[in-house]
Amino acid sequence: MSNYLLLGSRDPYASRDADSVFDLAVQLKSAGNDVTLFLLENGVLAARSGAKAPGLDAAVAAGVSVKAEEFSLKERGIVAERVRDGVVVAPLDAVIDGLAAGHKTIWS
Amino acid sequence: MSDEKKTLTFALMDAPYESARSTTALRLIQIAARRGYDINVFAYEGAVYVPFMLQKKHGNAFHEHDADAENHPLPREWVEQVRQVAQAAGGSLTWMNCGLCADERGANEALEGVLRGGPAQLVAWANESTNVLVIPTR
Amino acid sequence: MPKVLNIVETAYRATLEEQDDTAVWISFMLKKAGLDSDVLLRGNAVNYAVKGQDASGLKFGEWVQTHPPDLPRDLGILMGAGAKVFYLKDDLGDRGINEDELVDGISAIDGAGLAALFDGYDQVWSW
Repeated sequence: MSNYLLLGSRDPYASRDADSVFDLAVQLKSAGNDVTLFLLENGVLAARSGAKAPGLDAAVAAGVSVKAEEFSLKERGIVAERVRDGVVVAPLDAVIDGLAAGHKTIWS
Repeated sequence: MSDEKKTLTFALMDAPYESARSTTALRLIQIAARRGYDINVFAYEGAVYVPFMLQKKHGNAFHEHDADAENHPLPREWVEQVRQVAQAAGGSLTWMNCGLCADERGANEALEGVLRGGPAQLVAWANESTNVLVIPTR
Repeated sequence: MPKVLNIVETAYRATLEEQDDTAVWISFMLKKAGLDSDVLLRGNAVNYAVKGQDASGLKFGEWVQTHPPDLPRDLGILMGAGAKVFYLKDDLGDRGINEDELVDGISAIDGAGLAALFDGYDQVWSW
């Protein structure tokens, strides 16, 4: 099986298409892959505790490793304490780590 | 994390000043640059404007700033800075504009050192890179 | 050489100005340049496979478009170059498109098949 790094830059409020990255994360994980979903830019809007994001709920429940980019969070006034359970705050370096490790990296 | 030298290729599509993606792309490239990686950038479509030499600073009446005070970002300066970061760390940044994209946009006046090319070069880079990240436009 | 799946998702973005879709275009050019690659249409781009599209008639004053985009034709060119073209079946259904409205030669993937599709490629490039 493979390592996947999915980059979720879109939020599920402006466009339904953003949900496709959550669905893909769940599918890839269910198929036995190691999957990291890295939310950045407006994608972090779904990571605020209390935000309605059933697609993200499903990804977390499926065991996808979900991270939210620290600068994108800070830029939007989402402090660490307001990041929902199941999402870890991470620096953008994590994307370069994944690329350098040869993970299949897909920007959504 | 291993500090083994890597080669990463990025393909960008967004023009500056239109979405967050052009800034995020340069932030990612800078992280790779600090690690001393060799980095290739294929600038497709509007991304050919990122290193455009005719970008010019301006003031901002909304913030009551003249041009100096506003210090408005010019992405071509970011590209040059990141190129220097890469070199200082023992790596490199090679930026190639898609020639046809630059032609149709009148964007051929690019930062010194920016190459002009096409998809065949992207294939060559993909063959020699550890990984490739395409940052799509939307 | 990596084997690559190119994903085309955004549709009809500047296709009239470009006279084609730039993600379909680059997928073809990469294939011609020797990249071992195929294409997945998803999201609104599944509409590219619908027969009977007509983008002709654009005019500005005396300027008349002589080569309007023809996405189904371009998918044929892509397939002629040896690329497999897949489409995500779920996205067809969401948009009320029937499979018999699609051009020949393209292959359906359902949502459950995406993981297996991706597994067949070293890299997935989303344009």
